Amino acid sequence: MRLTQGTFSFLPDLSDAQIRAQIEYCLGRGWAVSVEYTDDPHPRNAYWDMFGMPMFDLKDAAGVMAEVDACRKTFPRHYVKVNAFDATPGWEALRLSFIVNRPPSEPGFGLEREEGAGRLQRYALRAYAASRPEGERY
Amino acid sequence: MGKMDRAAPQASERYRAGVMKYAQMGYWDADYVPADTDVIALFRITPQEGVDPEEAAAAVAGESSTATWTVVWTDRLTACDRYRAKAYRVDPVPGTPGQYFAYIAYDLALFEPGSIANLTASIIGNVFGFKPLKALRLEDMRLPVAYVKTFDGPPTGIVVERERLDKFGRPLLGATVKPKLGLSGKNYGRVVYEALKGGLDFTKDDENINSQSFMHWRDRFLFCMEAVNRAQAAAGEVKGHYLNVTAATMEDMYERAEFARELGSNIIMIDLVIGYTAIQSMSKWSRRNDMILHLHRAGHSTYTRQKTHGVSFRVISKWMRLAGVDHIHAGTVVGKLEGDPNSVQGFYNVLREERNPVDLQRGLFFEQDWAGLRKVMPVASGGIHAGQMHQLLHYLGEDVVLQFGGGTIGHPMGIAAGATANRVALEAMVLARNEGRDIWNEGPQILEQAARSCTPLKQALDTWKDVTFDYASTDTPDFVPTATAA
Repeated sequence: MRLTQGTFSFLPDLSDAQIRAQIEYCLGRGWAVSVEYTDDPHPRNAYWDMFGMPMFDLKDAAGVMAEVDACRKTFPRHYVKVNAFDATPGWEALRLSFIVNRPPSEPGFGLEREEGAGRLQRYALRAYAASRPEGERY
Repeated sequence: MGKMDRAAPQASERYRAGVMKYAQMGYWDADYVPADTDVIALFRITPQEGVDPEEAAAAVAGESSTATWTVVWTDRLTACDRYRAKAYRVDPVPGTPGQYFAYIAYDLALFEPGSIANLTASIIGNVFGFKPLKALRLEDMRLPVAYVKTFDGPPTGIVVERERLDKFGRPLLGATVKPKLGLSGKNYGRVVYEALKGGLDFTKDDENINSQSFMHWRDRFLFCMEAVNRAQAAAGEVKGHYLNVTAATMEDMYERAEFARELGSNIIMIDLVIGYTAIQSMSKWSRRNDMILHLHRAGHSTYTRQKTHGVSFRVISKWMRLAGVDHIHAGTVVGKLEGDPNSVQGFYNVLREERNPVDLQRGLFFEQDWAGLRKVMPVASGGIHAGQMHQLLHYLGEDVVLQFGGGTIGHPMGIAAGATANRVALEAMVLARNEGRDIWNEGPQILEQAARSCTPLKQALDTWKDVTFDYASTDTPDFVPTATAA
């Protein structure tokens, strides 16, 4: 399977030039860019690990690209995403979030069920990889 | 406009039994300066032949506040000057003889806090059938911050919805299951599964899917949630189906909403026809239960479309932001349903902005401060397809749900292929826009380029490339932009 979280996951993997263009777009709008990684891609996992702090004061896309590269080198078999945070009043949340690295193989998710009264089902999503300990999943 | 004799009569004269002109009863006051806390309504009035526009405006003010057709002495038992609405300004509608914009101010004390039912019972309660007017339309309202703060507003709002769904930086994608009536629960869920697995974020019940003999509501809910969960597992991404809980009674709606929650749905849906009070009740329920609340504007065109009569959709948008819905259908500009680009952008601004400046070109007559009230996600639905993606993004922006019903399900290679085509077209267009490309002019090339690595998109473009709905709009703004030196 292909994990389709993030803004551009239905497109072919972005080239470095494409990633850089998106970062420039974000910096141009005054957003703070950050890099996060995980090997637990459950869609409700809100807290991927931060690869350093959001780069609030960095205005140079080359600097952000260096962080992206460092994260991809450190965690080549993890999911890595670039986030852009907008502190504008009334927004104060992410404005863009896209995946820039993914594991070589993505086994996907199993759907577990528990039968309830009537025809009720309780569903749980489990990443096949997540049964192994953190850091050994992909 | 100064023809009428408006000298204030003595109280004994003023309250003598009999009839008198509304303007003379105190419902017209050209010198009135609205207070910051006043509710202001702007009506388009079409007086009968021979009726002075100021008297007509005063009559609307009277009938929508304290007046009846004759003088009553019991006015003198109240601070009646305060409770009377005041028409204070009448302007001819540009280029439309016989029609006038009437501005009417209402004291805040006239309205129950947090009640759309009460607000509307006054403002549109009695006046629309009033004989001295040929026609009447409520064009816009200014809602004072003091009144806005008495409403809870959207239970989720755009920002929190995006955080819950973990989807940022692009419009959301949806589709309404078709045919909208007649499918069994199992076949219906098939459409949901295919569309979500193919790449949509949401699928949707249509407005008239409730609990019919071909598919009872519990069956629909169970099969749809099976489909949602299967698709989430296939994509590793949050998905949802708007489960329409519209029913005959509040008790039935609560029962359906509770079942949706029990099944783990993240969103429910209601129709505008359930009424303002029911909408506010479901909003409060949604807030208590972490549910996104989708509103289908079923029935609105009966009173929003014609320019001389009814209530403008920009007013309905304001009421619904107060009442508290998270999604509302607000037009597509390019699709099969009524929607002038400027008017539709006016509706979107009402739903999505922190504060609306006066913008006559988009039909916004008042500055409106939303006082931190959450934002409503507009939904564009009806006759749109992947080939229009650049136009949709240009007109409607990023915080919108684009719903391709036929444009997903009608794809020659099936529903999942249709969904994939839409998603790829969308992501490619956002990517290109962010890269600084001119999507309005280069849109078709951007789509063609994306279609080279996506066969479903190529098929979608081939199938629908010539489909447009190019008819003149009925509900257009009355003000055109004035040319200014650049």
